[in-house]
Amino acid sequence: MKIMVCIKQVPDMESKFKIDAGGTWYAKTDLAWRMNEYDEYAVEQAVQLKEQVKDADVTVLCIGPDQVKETMKKALAMGCDRGAHVADDNVEGKEPFQIAGIIAEYAKDKNFDVIFTGMQSQDRGSGQVGILVAEMLGLPSVSTVVHFAYAGGAIEAKRELEGGVKACVKVQAPAVVTCQLGLNTPRYPTLPNIMKAKKKELLSTPVQDLLKVDARQETAKMYFPEKKGGGQILEGDVAELADKLIRILKEKTAVLA
Amino acid sequence: MKILLIAESREGKLLGGSYELVAFAAKMNAESVMFLVGSDSVLPKYDGKVYLADAASAGEYNPDTHKQLILDVVGKENPDMIALCHSSYGWDLAPRIAYALKAAQVSEVVGVVDGVPVVPVCNSKLRRDVKAKTAKTVVTLQAGAFGLSEEPSGTPAVEKVSGAAAGRVQLTGYEQAATGGVDLGKAQVIVSAGRGIGKPENIAMIAGLAKALGGEYGASRPVVDAEWAEHNRQVGTTGQTVAPKLYVACGISGAIQHLAGMKKSEFIVAVNTDRDAPIGDVADVLVVADLKQFVPVLTEKIQAL
Repeated sequence: MKIMVCIKQVPDMESKFKIDAGGTWYAKTDLAWRMNEYDEYAVEQAVQLKEQVKDADVTVLCIGPDQVKETMKKALAMGCDRGAHVADDNVEGKEPFQIAGIIAEYAKDKNFDVIFTGMQSQDRGSGQVGILVAEMLGLPSVSTVVHFAYAGGAIEAKRELEGGVKACVKVQAPAVVTCQLGLNTPRYPTLPNIMKAKKKELLSTPVQDLLKVDARQETAKMYFPEKKGGGQILEGDVAELADKLIRILKEKTAVLA
Repeated sequence: MKILLIAESREGKLLGGSYELVAFAAKMNAESVMFLVGSDSVLPKYDGKVYLADAASAGEYNPDTHKQLILDVVGKENPDMIALCHSSYGWDLAPRIAYALKAAQVSEVVGVVDGVPVVPVCNSKLRRDVKAKTAKTVVTLQAGAFGLSEEPSGTPAVEKVSGAAAGRVQLTGYEQAATGGVDLGKAQVIVSAGRGIGKPENIAMIAGLAKALGGEYGASRPVVDAEWAEHNRQVGTTGQTVAPKLYVACGISGAIQHLAGMKKSEFIVAVNTDRDAPIGDVADVLVVADLKQFVPVLTEKIQAL
């Protein structure tokens, strides 16, 4: 069985963001980078599927500059077998249709049985790439998955809907599955597996070899939203803050009456 | 400009987001027509044409089939834009339609400035103006971004559509949220824990403050996913929508999915170390402090009242 999982390296969302000189993306300096949270669930599910079917090979694909190899090594340490790095120093300049085009171009002659992606990235958040890859490859796809089971080529999944409801769906592999938070419990790589990961294949391909489609949209401008909050901001010593807040609650609400 | 609105129904009910599509078309000063997979009994109040496919044959979730039905309507109406809700139905269907129409898709639109869609980036910390380069565009709208200014009204002109082939993904049923245990909807005060609590042991601190205030404790999605709290305590789009007299958000940055579940609370207090956190946009009071120091002190002082 051949499995692919697509991951993205994103900044920690708690970072202090700045706008870059071009005014169309955030500045990439002074940020801590990590694996897109949704993709951690995708990697875990890919590895669990491999462990279940035994005879399987998991390729982890990531597009970006050399620094994304650090994130790929985490996926390899979690249990992926090989890394396919698409070298691109301007990955933030590619819109979702191009990203999906690159992945589909890589995957088109490799006959993957299941392709996992996160349901969206934490930075751009378009939620398009996984489904577009499926459309480009002519495969069925199921998005926003919080439960995944595989048996003899049949996938049974649960999609998360609004209000805590789940939709139970069936689809036949080959298929693309996009993973929602909470799908599983992503494992922490162990030290022996981190050492083993260093010896796993991690091949780079220049992006121009795989990018065959043109952008359909562009970012005109990136900026900070205007603060709507007319709310009061309290700062200072915690004891004083607590007294102040209690006074406000007594004045504005009935809960302390 | 003409917009095709893709309304939604589930388990025989029209979903509220369908009216936000109508509000969006009004905001765009655009002509609109609607497509809905549903039935005669779930028609929207809408003064326009509705292309109606029968959910009994087309299925409520059946992306291949719904895509084909929508493409047939696009063929008849030739809209400039196709608008869906940024929902589990909309974000699943939109890329399929965009791909088939060779159209750009702009996801999770929160506003439109001079005709240019605006979308959030990085957990709503940033915004992006997006320019489509294609003749047609597909957009998904963030829930609540385009509210109706008045009660929906009107009677649609219905044209039935059918005939698409069966799809490859089969919906076999729904699983309802587990019920029982705590009912946050009844609580007058909710104190919620976010990722900022740092470790599961700190749930007790949040529960302690909730008890001192005579309320219940809730949690944001990451806390529930980490199994630090039960799902029936989750506040947000995929959990419960609440509107207590007092909502205290501790260590919750304010992802849109969480805000959607609590922003109608009467009074909102946020405790966060980051004064730029999006939760500040809905909070009446933002306490800039480390909750691990602040919450125990506050709890003690309230208990002493």
